[in-house]
Amino acid sequence: METIVSLGVGLLMGAGAWLVLRPTSFSVVLGLTLMAYAINFLIFVAGRIDRTSPPLTLKGTSGWADPLPQALVLTAIVISFGMTAYLVALALRALGDTGTDRIDGRAGDGDERP
Amino acid sequence: MSSVPLALLLLLPFLAVPVVVAVAPAGRQAVAIVAGLAMAAGVALLAWFAPAVLAGETLVVAEPWLPEWGLDLALRMDGLSFLFALLIYGIGILIVLYAAYYLPQTDRLARFLGTLLAFAGGMLGVVLAENVLLMLLFWEVTSLTSFLLIAYKSQYHDSRIGARMALAVTGGGGLALLAGLLILGDMAGSYELSVILASGEALRADPRFPLMLVLVLLGAFTKSAQFPFHFWLPNAMAAPTPVSAYLHSATMVKAGVFLLARLYPALSGNELWFGLVVTTGAITFLLGAYLALLKHDFKGLLAYSTISHLGLITLMLGLDTPTSAVAAVFHIINHAVFKASLFMAAGIIDVETGSRDMRKINGLAKYMPVTAALGIVAAASMAGVPFLNGFLSKEMFFAETVAHPAFEGVGALILPAVGVVGGLMSVAYSARFVHDVFYNGEPVDLPKTPKEPPRFMRLPVELLVVLVLAVGILPQLIVGDLLKAASAAVLQTDLPPIKLAIWHGFNLPLVMSIVALGGGLFYYWSRDRVMTLHERFALEISSPVAFERLYARLSGAAALAMARLDRNSPRQYVGLVLAAGLALGAWAWLVGAGGLRGLAGPLAPTAPDAPALLAFAALVVGTLGVAVLHRQRLAAIVFLSVAGLIVALAFVRFSGPDLALTQLSVEVAAIMLLLLALRYLPQQAGPEADGQRAWRDGWLAAGIGGGTAALSYAMLTRPFETISAYHLAAAKPLGGGTNVVNVILVDFRGFDTLGEIAVLAIAALGAQALLAGLSLRPRVGNAQGDADRLPVMLRQMMQPMLPLVLAVSVYIFLRGHNLPGGGFIAGLIAAVAIVLQYLAAGIAFAQERVRADFVRMLGAGLGIASLAGIASMVLGLPFLTSGFTYVYPPLMEPVELASALVFDLGIYLVVIASIVLVLTELGQMSTREAHEAAPAPEPGAPAPVPHDREAQPAAAPVAAVAGGS
Repeated sequence: METIVSLGVGLLMGAGAWLVLRPTSFSVVLGLTLMAYAINFLIFVAGRIDRTSPPLTLKGTSGWADPLPQALVLTAIVISFGMTAYLVALALRALGDTGTDRIDGRAGDGDERP
Repeated sequence: MSSVPLALLLLLPFLAVPVVVAVAPAGRQAVAIVAGLAMAAGVALLAWFAPAVLAGETLVVAEPWLPEWGLDLALRMDGLSFLFALLIYGIGILIVLYAAYYLPQTDRLARFLGTLLAFAGGMLGVVLAENVLLMLLFWEVTSLTSFLLIAYKSQYHDSRIGARMALAVTGGGGLALLAGLLILGDMAGSYELSVILASGEALRADPRFPLMLVLVLLGAFTKSAQFPFHFWLPNAMAAPTPVSAYLHSATMVKAGVFLLARLYPALSGNELWFGLVVTTGAITFLLGAYLALLKHDFKGLLAYSTISHLGLITLMLGLDTPTSAVAAVFHIINHAVFKASLFMAAGIIDVETGSRDMRKINGLAKYMPVTAALGIVAAASMAGVPFLNGFLSKEMFFAETVAHPAFEGVGALILPAVGVVGGLMSVAYSARFVHDVFYNGEPVDLPKTPKEPPRFMRLPVELLVVLVLAVGILPQLIVGDLLKAASAAVLQTDLPPIKLAIWHGFNLPLVMSIVALGGGLFYYWSRDRVMTLHERFALEISSPVAFERLYARLSGAAALAMARLDRNSPRQYVGLVLAAGLALGAWAWLVGAGGLRGLAGPLAPTAPDAPALLAFAALVVGTLGVAVLHRQRLAAIVFLSVAGLIVALAFVRFSGPDLALTQLSVEVAAIMLLLLALRYLPQQAGPEADGQRAWRDGWLAAGIGGGTAALSYAMLTRPFETISAYHLAAAKPLGGGTNVVNVILVDFRGFDTLGEIAVLAIAALGAQALLAGLSLRPRVGNAQGDADRLPVMLRQMMQPMLPLVLAVSVYIFLRGHNLPGGGFIAGLIAAVAIVLQYLAAGIAFAQERVRADFVRMLGAGLGIASLAGIASMVLGLPFLTSGFTYVYPPLMEPVELASALVFDLGIYLVVIASIVLVLTELGQMSTREAHEAAPAPEPGAPAPVPHDREAQPAAAPVAAVAGGS
C-alpha cells in the first residue's frame, strides 16, 4: 500500500511539474492544482496510512488517525482553491491586457492558431 | 557632565529637520530662522562644553545598542571633536544665512536646508562618535546627503553626473573603510576609540596591519579627494555654492583628514603610513595647485585649490612628527575659514554677474568694492601672505619640511622643494583669482551688470574674513587654546611646545615663503605659456571621462549579464526553482542519507488491496490524461476531476473524512471555476515549437515526480511517533468536541486558522480586483443555438434543491465539532449550492433573489472570527480561548454550546463569500461584455441578448461535470 501511495503522490507531482512548465496559463493552473493534490496528500499521509479509525474520539473507538496533519491539510485544500482562483483571475487579466494567454506575455508557439 | 548635552549636540540638526519642513508654509524666513537657530543652539552647547574640553578633558558616554556586534551608541567629546563640531555649527550658521539669499526665490528652501541639516547631523556623528562603527554609519549619512545636495539642481545633467560620481567614489571608499574598521576593531578587540587609540603598538605588530591601513586610507583618501580619487570634487561643484562652501571645502571633505587625525595614534608611526600618506598628499598638493591655475571657471579653481590644500593637510599628517600633526590641525582650521569665505564670495559674484568664467568676469573691484576687498584678503590668505591665517600654518609646514629627519643628503631637499613648488603654484592661482576677477580691465559681455549683494548675504563673508585677519595677527590669543586641545586629542601624548607667532626670526621657512610668493607671481605672469604647454603636452587622460567610461562599461556588462541570465520569463523562473529544489533534495539525499540504499526504511510495506489498485489505475488515467491532453482543455478538466475524485476517495480510505468532504466540495468549486475561465481562454493550445525544451521539462518533471515518490516511500517505511496524543486526549475535555480535526482548527490552533481564512479572503478580494472592469470576448459560440441556453433540468432541480442544500450545510456546520463537518466544509457546500443556482437561472435572475453583498459578508466573517477571539480577552483570557457548556432544553437531548462555534461561523461566512465572490465575478464578465458591446453593434447584428442568456455556454458543461462529480 505504501508503494502505490508513494507512486500516486509522485505521479501527481511529476505531472504537475510538467504542466507548470508549459507555456500557457491554463496549463499552469492545471499543473498547480495537481501539485496541490500531491502535496496535500503527502502531508496527510505523513500521519501514516495504517490507522483504522477517523480522529473522532467517540465512545468505543480507538486507533485514531493522526488529526494534526489532517487539520493542516484541511485548510491547505481551501487555500489552494483560493490560490487557484487568484491565478485564474490573473491569467484572465493578463489575457485581457496582453492579448495572449502565454505566461511570459509574449505571443509565440502554443498560441491558438487562427 | 551628563550625556544629555552630548547627545543633544549630535541630534540637534536631525531634530530640526522636521521642524524646518513643518514651518515651510510660513515662508522662507521662518525656514531660515529655524535652521539658523538649530545651528546657533549647537554653538551655544559647544560653549558649555568649552571650559572642560579646552582644559584637556575627554568626555565619553556610551549606551549599548547592538552589543553583540560591538556597536554601541558611544559618543566622545575631546579637543578634535570640539574643533570639528565648532566648524560644523559655526560655519553652518553662516551658510544658512547665506543660502537664504543665494537660492532663487522660486526654490524650496525647506528642502535644501532640511538636507543640509541632515548632512550637518551626519557630519557631527562622524566627529563625535566614540565607536568606529557608529562613525562609519554617520560617514555614510554624509555621503548620501552630499549626493542629494550635489544633485539639488537635478534638472541639469551636470548635477546628476557629479552627484553620481561623488556617491560612487565616496561610497566605494566607505565600503573599503568599513572593511578596514572591522579589521581594526578585531585587531584591537574593541570598536571603541579609547581602546583602539591606546593599543597602537599592538596594532602595528599585527600581521593584518598593512591590509587594514590600506583599507582605512582608501576610505579617507576618497572622502578627502586625494589623488587618484580627486576627480569627483570638481564635478561636485555642480552643487549650489552654499553646498560647495560648506560640504566641499569646510566640512565633509575634511572628514577624510579628520579620520587620519582621529586614528593618528593607532595608524601612524611606521614606514607604510609615511610612504603612502606623504606620497599621496604630496602628489595631490602639487597636482591640485597646478590644475587650479588652468581653470577658467573660478569655482573650478577653488575646487582644485581645495584638493591641493587637502593634499597639504594629508602630507603634514603623513610626516609623522608631533609638530607636523599640530600644523595639520592648524591648517584644517585656517583652510576651513578662508576657503568657506572664498566660496561664498565666489557665489556672490556668480549671482551678481550671472557667470563664472574668469575670461569674462574682470574688473569687479570697481562694481563691488567691498566684496572685492573681502575676496582679496581671503585669497591672499590662501596664497600664504603674512598677517593672514593661511601664512601661519604654511610657515609651520615649511619649517617641518626643512627639519624632517626622513631623508639625508640631496634627498633632504625633496620635501622643502615640494613645499616651495606647491606654495609657488598656490600663490599663482590665488593671484589669478584676484587679478582676473577683480582687475584686468572691464567685464566682457556679462548677462548682468554687477553690483554689491544684499547686506546680509555678505555678512557671513565679512565675519569669516575678520577671522582670517584676527587669527593671522593674534594667533595665540584667538586659536591657541583650541589648537592645543585639538592637537592633544590627535596625538594622545604630551604636546610639543607650540609657539604661535607671526615672527619667528629671519629663518629658512621665511625665505621659502618669500621665494614662493615671488616665484608664484612670476609663474602667474607667465601663465599663458604654461597654458599653451599644458594644452600641447598634457596627457589626454581625464579622470571624470575615465570614470564615466568605466561606469558605462560596468553597467553595460551588468545589463548584458542580466539579459543572459534572466529572459523575463516566468517559465524560466519556475524551471529554475523546480530544478534547484530537485538538486537540493538530491544532494541532501545522496550526501546525507547514505545514497539510494537509505531509501527504504525498516518497516515492510503492506500489500495493496484490490480497491486501492483500482483507484490507483484511475488516478494514473486521470493524471496522465491531464498531462497529455492539457491542450484539449475541456478534456483536461474532465481528467482533472477524475484525479481530484481519487484523492478524495483516498482521504476516505485513510481515515480522513473531513478531508474527503473538503476535497470533494473544493473539487466542485474548482471545476466550475476552470470551466468559467475556459469560456474566455482559447479552447485549445497549439503544439509547442521547441521540442528540446519539452524533453528538458519532461526530464525535470520525471525527476521531481520520482523524487517526491521516493520521499514519500522513505517516510512511510519509517517508524512514526505522533505528536498528536495531546490533541486526541484533550479534544473532548478541553475543547468540548469529539471531532479532533475540527477542535484543532477552531480551538487549539485557532489563531492559525484565523490567519488562513484571512489569506483566503485576500485571495478572493485580489481575484475580484483583477477581474473588476475586465472585458473579454467569450470564445465559446452559441453552437446549439437558443434551444437549451439555460439547462432546464438543472433549473428545475435547483429550485427545490437550494433550500435543501443550504439546510444540509447548516447541519454539517452545527455538527462539525463532534462529527465530520464544520465551517470550512459547510461553507464550501453552501457556496457550491449558491453558485449552482446562479448557473441554473442566470446571473441576473439569481442576483434579484440572492441579495447578499459578498464583500460585506467576507468582512463580517472575518469580523466575527476576530471578535470571537477578542471576546475571550475581554474576560481576561488569552486571545481565542474557547469555552463550552451544556444546556438542557425541555424534551430534548442536552445541547452543547461551544464558543468555538462562533469562530467557526466566521470561517463559514468567509468561505461562502470568498468562493461565491470569485465565481460570480467570473460569471458577471459575460453580462458586462454584453452591456459594453451594446452601444456599437456590428452592422446587421441582432439586438443584444438578454443578460441571463450569457451564463449559458459555461453552464452546460458545469452541469454535466458537477453532476458527475
